Amino acid sequence: MKLHLVVMAAVATALLAPISAGAQTPKKGGELKFAVGAEPPDYDCHKNTSFAFIHPVRPHYSTLLKFDEAKYPAIIGDLAQSWQVSPDNLTFTFKLKPNVKFHDGSTLTSADVKASYERIVNPPQGVISIRKASYADIGAIETPDPLTVVFKLKKPNAGMLAQFASPWDCIYSAAKLKQDPKFPEKNILGTGPFKFVSHTAGSHWIGERFADYFEPGKPYLDSFRAVFVGGAAMVNALQAGEVLVEFRGQSPANRDKLVAALGDKVSVVETPWICHLIVAATTEKKPFDDPRVRRALSLAIDRWQGSQALSKIALVRDVGGVLRPGYSLAAKESELVNYPGFSKDIKKSREEAKKLLQEAGVPNLKFKFINRNVPMPYTPVGVFLIDQWRQIGVTVEHEQLETKLYQAALSSGNYEAGLDFNCDYMDDPNILLIKYVSADKSSVNYGRYNDRKLDDLYEKQMRATDLTERARLVREFEKHALEQAYTIPTIWWHRIIVYWKQMKGWHLTPSHYVGQDLAEVWLDR
Amino acid sequence: MLRYTVQRLLMMIPTLFGVAVLVFVMLRVMPGDIVELRLRAEGAQVTPEILAMERARLGLDKPMLAQFFDWMGGLLTGDFGISMWTGRPVAHEIAIRLELSLELAILATILATLIALPLGTLAALFKDRWPDRVISVFAIAGLAVPSFWFGMIIILVLLWNFNWIPPLTFTPLLEDPVKNLSQLIWPALAVGYRYSAVATRMTRSTILEVLQEDYIRTARAKGVFERLVVARHAMRNAMLPVVTVIGLEFAFLIGGLVVTEQVFNLNGIGKLFVNVLARGDYTMIQALVMLVAAFFIFVNFVVDLLYAVLDPRIRYG
Repeated sequence: MKLHLVVMAAVATALLAPISAGAQTPKKGGELKFAVGAEPPDYDCHKNTSFAFIHPVRPHYSTLLKFDEAKYPAIIGDLAQSWQVSPDNLTFTFKLKPNVKFHDGSTLTSADVKASYERIVNPPQGVISIRKASYADIGAIETPDPLTVVFKLKKPNAGMLAQFASPWDCIYSAAKLKQDPKFPEKNILGTGPFKFVSHTAGSHWIGERFADYFEPGKPYLDSFRAVFVGGAAMVNALQAGEVLVEFRGQSPANRDKLVAALGDKVSVVETPWICHLIVAATTEKKPFDDPRVRRALSLAIDRWQGSQALSKIALVRDVGGVLRPGYSLAAKESELVNYPGFSKDIKKSREEAKKLLQEAGVPNLKFKFINRNVPMPYTPVGVFLIDQWRQIGVTVEHEQLETKLYQAALSSGNYEAGLDFNCDYMDDPNILLIKYVSADKSSVNYGRYNDRKLDDLYEKQMRATDLTERARLVREFEKHALEQAYTIPTIWWHRIIVYWKQMKGWHLTPSHYVGQDLAEVWLDR
Repeated sequence: MLRYTVQRLLMMIPTLFGVAVLVFVMLRVMPGDIVELRLRAEGAQVTPEILAMERARLGLDKPMLAQFFDWMGGLLTGDFGISMWTGRPVAHEIAIRLELSLELAILATILATLIALPLGTLAALFKDRWPDRVISVFAIAGLAVPSFWFGMIIILVLLWNFNWIPPLTFTPLLEDPVKNLSQLIWPALAVGYRYSAVATRMTRSTILEVLQEDYIRTARAKGVFERLVVARHAMRNAMLPVVTVIGLEFAFLIGGLVVTEQVFNLNGIGKLFVNVLARGDYTMIQALVMLVAAFFIFVNFVVDLLYAVLDPRIRYG
């Protein structure tokens, strides 16, 4: 009880912190040491997908737009000074900030933006562009003058503007790309607030202040040092002050431990996270080809009680459908409770679940449930689900696999059911709903089903530039997806950051991928 | 002696070749795919074409035999290849971690030897009396307590009492000896304790055995001081099995400190081993297994040579 009061006091202090921090004048100097739980395999933004890449690498690069960290999901210019979208939503014109320098002293022009986006949209032979599919609507990129870049779309795309704020869309030097399209894999040359100094593999990464950064007076820090440390060693390092923060997120247990040990030396900030765990079942295999069985599995889960219990031990908390609770296009609670499996009358839901299993001819269903052997939050959520299914007479064997084997099973379809996840840098339905689109259109659909209604609704919401119409289409998509229960959402993640109070100017966002250029961060030493 | 040395060195070749074949085949029959893991495990929407392109780039689309000969060809020319995960040369990835692992192994060996030899001898000389019993408890506890657990206790004691933990990043010994030792002395202690326990037990039992020998009785009958009997006659002859144990433990420390390195966040070979195994980075795993195998063989060879130094009756030729 006492500990909880301390935690609540710390969270409350943190909620007020941005106000008091805002009143303070940022101080220059110092090195920010932060922990990163893993390590980037190479240095190419366009090829990577992990937070372990973003946290050390993003401070070296700029993007065309970026999310306003304090006002997510609002968008502000990064390299772009201003932008215009044509009335037909087919032309995006960006005016670039003048005198932007790369770390080698060369000046950034629209040619660099064009070359970088060409690399994403039409990668040269041998270059991997992971997010190529997300930019398939870009038909042409024009550079009428050195400070203007124009993107012409083949079709309107409601999420495209936000996509230009993707932290993965680093702008590279066109000259370097011309010499070697794979230059960014092994070199860091950006226009971001910090210059690359060194990367000691397996140990740490150092960046130093870029004196010619285009935002006057920024960055405030002299340097940053990302230390690759995970697990208990990371929590110990935080407690000892060896690092001031870890930007991905802490479990409730680690939060409580740190607050108990450090008291008012640390702040705690929390938010719903753009990540959730979902149950995928191979619809190619019996009995999961039967929608009654899938729906029964969803109906058995008491998400509302589960969220309360699990949030005490795992980094999950909010109940939501296919989009993050709290996001403008996400279902409200009043809508959510009408979806199968989301009713607050769990007794009734479970009776219905049992009936459906009976009708499907599998009243004593047994299956193997694969899970990732990552303790947080996969293990507690997996155990929770198995207990929920036990309550409708379903017997489940929990098999936790190391990530390599888990991924192989999901990709090959060599499993019955498993705990999958959906996690990205922003809430936009274009990004998050792709998981639910037919397997012949989406390589991340591990349910291996094809449903043209979902594909059609996905396409329509993507093209709907009217927000109300888009919201309606997303609701229809969600309703159909949850009724069919091909992929069953469980509980959304909850991001908890514990940081030493001398770190200022950093804002929590619902994504651990955004807001990490460190341009505004300073140390109150 | 020279002939023996050359023979032993040549024998390393078939042994290492056997290890190479074994590790190569075993890795290929294990499920999992580094390309899937690298590009899809974070949920990215990656097309089969991209996966195929990456597999081709890494040479994974070639027949197994071709992959094996590519690797063997590289080994013969001293090229261990490129890490499939990072794209950096395997030799570089290992080299930057080997210094730490070697230094930790040496430190732990020094600590263990400094503890084990006097304690083991003392226990033997005071057999079944209180010093022997105290030392036995110390040694048995050392055997029972896992090194990583002892390491965790050390960290927690330092953290809760001094609000301090050993530095997270490695500083070479010659660059800053104080910083270097402030990082490595703690894991060396954690590992050295268990290591010393093994060596203490071995020292005690071999000295007890040697003390029953006729030549010891003869030395005592000749009136040689007990201290000299122990130091010159007993200890030297008792050292053969102790040296073997120390040698094997030392070899194990290179690449074997998997959990201890995680606990202390040490950027060593053990931690690298865990990471590359989890990723299925074939070229790295193959090189690391070869390195550890070669190291074991080499240390055994050095131990054999030490036998001749310790026991003049042993002659190789």
